[in-house]
Amino acid sequence: MIIGEQKPLDEIMSLLGNARRVLVAGCGTCVTVCFAGGEKEAAILASALRMRSKLEGHPMEVDEITVQRQCEWEYIDPLADRLRDYDVVLSLACGIGVQAMNERFPETITLPGLNTTFLGLPEEHGVWEERCQACGDCILGITFGICPIARCSKQLLNGPCGGSQNGVCEVNKDIPCAWQLIWERAIQFNQEERLLEVQPPKNWARSRDGGPRKIVREDLRLGEGE
Amino acid sequence: MSENGYKSGSNLEKILRAGYFAVTAEIGPPQNADPEVIRRKARLLKGVVDATNITDNQTAIVRMSSIASAVLAMQEGVEPIVQMTCRDRNRLAMQSDLLGAYALGARNLLCLTGDHQSFGNHPTAKNVHDLDSIQFIRMVRDMRDEGRFQCGDEIKGVRPAFFIGAAENPFGDPFDFRPYRLMKKIAAGVDFIQTQIILDVPRFREFMKRVVDMGLHEKVFILAGIGPLKSAGAARYMRDKVPGMRVRDEYVERMEAAVAGIPKEDKKARKEAWEQEGIRIAIEQIQELREIPGVAGVHIMAIEWEEAVRPIVEGAGLLPRPQV
Repeated sequence: MIIGEQKPLDEIMSLLGNARRVLVAGCGTCVTVCFAGGEKEAAILASALRMRSKLEGHPMEVDEITVQRQCEWEYIDPLADRLRDYDVVLSLACGIGVQAMNERFPETITLPGLNTTFLGLPEEHGVWEERCQACGDCILGITFGICPIARCSKQLLNGPCGGSQNGVCEVNKDIPCAWQLIWERAIQFNQEERLLEVQPPKNWARSRDGGPRKIVREDLRLGEGE
Repeated sequence: MSENGYKSGSNLEKILRAGYFAVTAEIGPPQNADPEVIRRKARLLKGVVDATNITDNQTAIVRMSSIASAVLAMQEGVEPIVQMTCRDRNRLAMQSDLLGAYALGARNLLCLTGDHQSFGNHPTAKNVHDLDSIQFIRMVRDMRDEGRFQCGDEIKGVRPAFFIGAAENPFGDPFDFRPYRLMKKIAAGVDFIQTQIILDVPRFREFMKRVVDMGLHEKVFILAGIGPLKSAGAARYMRDKVPGMRVRDEYVERMEAAVAGIPKEDKKARKEAWEQEGIRIAIEQIQELREIPGVAGVHIMAIEWEEAVRPIVEGAGLLPRPQV
């Protein structure tokens, strides 16, 4: 899922500038699960903004609302009427939600209250780790289910660099060496020889390097009038 | 600024500061390791231009390094303008190459974003774009004027003091944003600008009017881009296929008319007729562009046609080049 992290309150205050009527909009999907931008976090942030703005001597009217998914039109369309009452929307969705709001409601500025950090999972309660970079050309099938694009600091495809020691990445001792993990998995399945093949340079055109991506599925599109 | 009052002391800088109408051209390095290609092209331009650009993997096709090629050009007595893009290097590699290029004698640098690799011969490559062209300009300026690397560390010893150039496309969209982008490049520290090939003079005139109204021409030297047309097909291709280009129909029509009456089989005669017309148009354009307020020189991009530069510069009455 998409992992996010709330921006510092100072930064949010600075983004809000002179806005007097603010709607904090949470999202009920990924950012709820990672405790960054769901109903509960929206309520806490709204309350923090009310207190902070009051303390600073120019109180804001802050309300909150949470929709199931800010990245789909059908979930955000019902907000249309409500937005007229506010100077600005502060979205606690990921960057996709923020852009969906701006795109659907161009008359209203929607600001980001979160930093969208990565695609990952909760390693344990309260700890999230990156697992995928959406490179568009999955290689998990040849790396025993561990992604070196997301998890190797140098995105190496042919084994660990010289900086791997005791299973740890040279960049930070909190980062397990992805290639150590891949190697252990290969040994587990007695398939080390599969890692001996020289992997050619990756096709980065299918990743973000090729420009913004788009998928069109003609079999799913609705024709005119349908 | 150094003691002599110049930022870099390059010939191009001296020509522009002395108020002469500058002339630059372009050398495209080969897709192999043959130094003679650069030497031959440099000899064609020696004494004809004030400095010549050396392109950096242009159109994202692998070619001999622009810095190595620049050294070869210098050995032939031609002052290089080293082009460098943000596509292939991060800020470490860029700064390292800048130190090296300066140590080898390069004094002019053109800071570019770089064509996207999908246009070139390695479309599956990863692109870097650690910096954009404006951040790049600021980094080079700070290395020269503040004696600092991009990270803020001091450069202890010789600073790379480049005359800093950048490109600008007056024909890109949004048109209204273009002069502001130029303003940002000036704020970042650019000294000279070379524009995209101009084949729509009225539009360029409008761009320059805004530039002059904003007073930008007093803060940066603007060299207008000339791209001599080699054939009617090339003109049509630029008009219809090249992103960010605007080509007025009159040029396409003139190139088509140039071969009227010459049978298709007589390829040699058609080629000669086209080349003559292409050179004639370029000369007329230089005369036209010279009259536009704020234009400090021309940059002639005769791609794989360096032979055309001398007759164009000569025909425009810009030879001999001034000695400064």
